[in-house]
Amino acid sequence: MPDESLLRITVFTVLVAAAATVVMLPIGVSLAWLLARRRFRAKALLDTLVTVPLVMPPVATGLILLRLLGARSPLGRALEMAGLEIVFTWKAVLLAMAVMGLPLVVRTVRAGLQQVPPRYEQIAETLGAGPLRVFFTITLPLASRSVVAGAILGFSRALGEFGATIMVAGSIPGRTRTLASAIYAYTETGRDAQAATLVAIAIVVAFAAVWLSNHIADRDSGLGPFDSRSA
Amino acid sequence: MPPILKLDFTLTQGAFVLDVHETIDASLIALFGPSGAGKTTMLDAIAGLRTPARGEIVVAGRALYSSAQRIDLPPRLRGIGYVPQDVVLFPHMNVRRNIMYGASRGSRVSVERALAILEIEALVDRPVASLSGGERQRVALARALASSPDLLLLDEPLVGVDAALRERILPYLSRVRDELAVPVVYVTHDAADLRRIAEWVLRVDAGSVRGRGTPEAVVSR
Repeated sequence: MPDESLLRITVFTVLVAAAATVVMLPIGVSLAWLLARRRFRAKALLDTLVTVPLVMPPVATGLILLRLLGARSPLGRALEMAGLEIVFTWKAVLLAMAVMGLPLVVRTVRAGLQQVPPRYEQIAETLGAGPLRVFFTITLPLASRSVVAGAILGFSRALGEFGATIMVAGSIPGRTRTLASAIYAYTETGRDAQAATLVAIAIVVAFAAVWLSNHIADRDSGLGPFDSRSA
Repeated sequence: MPPILKLDFTLTQGAFVLDVHETIDASLIALFGPSGAGKTTMLDAIAGLRTPARGEIVVAGRALYSSAQRIDLPPRLRGIGYVPQDVVLFPHMNVRRNIMYGASRGSRVSVERALAILEIEALVDRPVASLSGGERQRVALARALASSPDLLLLDEPLVGVDAALRERILPYLSRVRDELAVPVVYVTHDAADLRRIAEWVLRVDAGSVRGRGTPEAVVSR
């Protein structure tokens, strides 16, 4: 297997999961802020839409993505005409990972934002700060731990993504095969040794991610406790 | 010269109604009354953190809010320095960054003046978590001053502060008024504080002003 070493699959999976996390974060933080701090009519709908991939079978989410982006959909045709091929490429892997990880980012960051007392933001406003400055200098730093935690959760979810990925990206050796889909493919074709090696790699990667997230959660954020006088 | 402060508005908040119709020309104004009377709500309305149902809020002739003229300036454009009761120093910044937060619209000089007047030059590199209660009060006051406000709002700055510290902080308030010429609205429920520094007192209860005048006149009644 010269072009499809286990190392290559591992590196591909970790890199695409990291890229998916980079995509998830700004979208997830924006959605979390909308849900935590704003009131608007479609809020319940948005909340539901963001959470649904967490509850639905990932394969179903994958099928929806495939129908949305496939060559027979208007969006798929438009993308194709723009020269953007998504389904059954690494971009589809990234998309599936991002869609499946996004709910975890939104929920984690939203909870973190809700912990930030609005009084801090109000006082920053009285000191002359506009909405963007308030967000980036007050709200986000005070919720930074939840952003890190959300990123790690989203990344972990992306690493293990299988159902949505297999539908929209397949498991094409050397192109879209991830740790999860490779374990499945090897087991199906009786290559148990390779599957077992990948399982061991998956355990190591998962262990590292969980350890890192616990480490960050336990670490003092440097903010000190929100004591009663300032909270 | 227009009056320092014109508060003429109605604000509802659930079942609570705050109704104020006052024109005040004093530079150290106290709001006096029991908790739940609406004093903090009044400060929030002046700062633009709560919107009245109707009426007018004018500081030194400049309308911050006017339902008739459809003016409702956002807090950042009101020029109000606000030290809320819970102080709310930004916990992720040290003292210097807290004080500098609003200083960009003011002058550099006023930051140093604020530090000097409040005698906190030695604290600037400390994290806020390491400050004592009285130090926090003074840093919050300096931060509000450094933004060069036209009016300073202080919500119970001496609550939970022991008598010795109170004696140290009270003179700073008079200095702010005298040396920086910033008018101060000061919330308290302590009659002794009033007699010490207030020029004009509004006695607030259950959402309306029940008395007004000099400290002696209002408190003895």
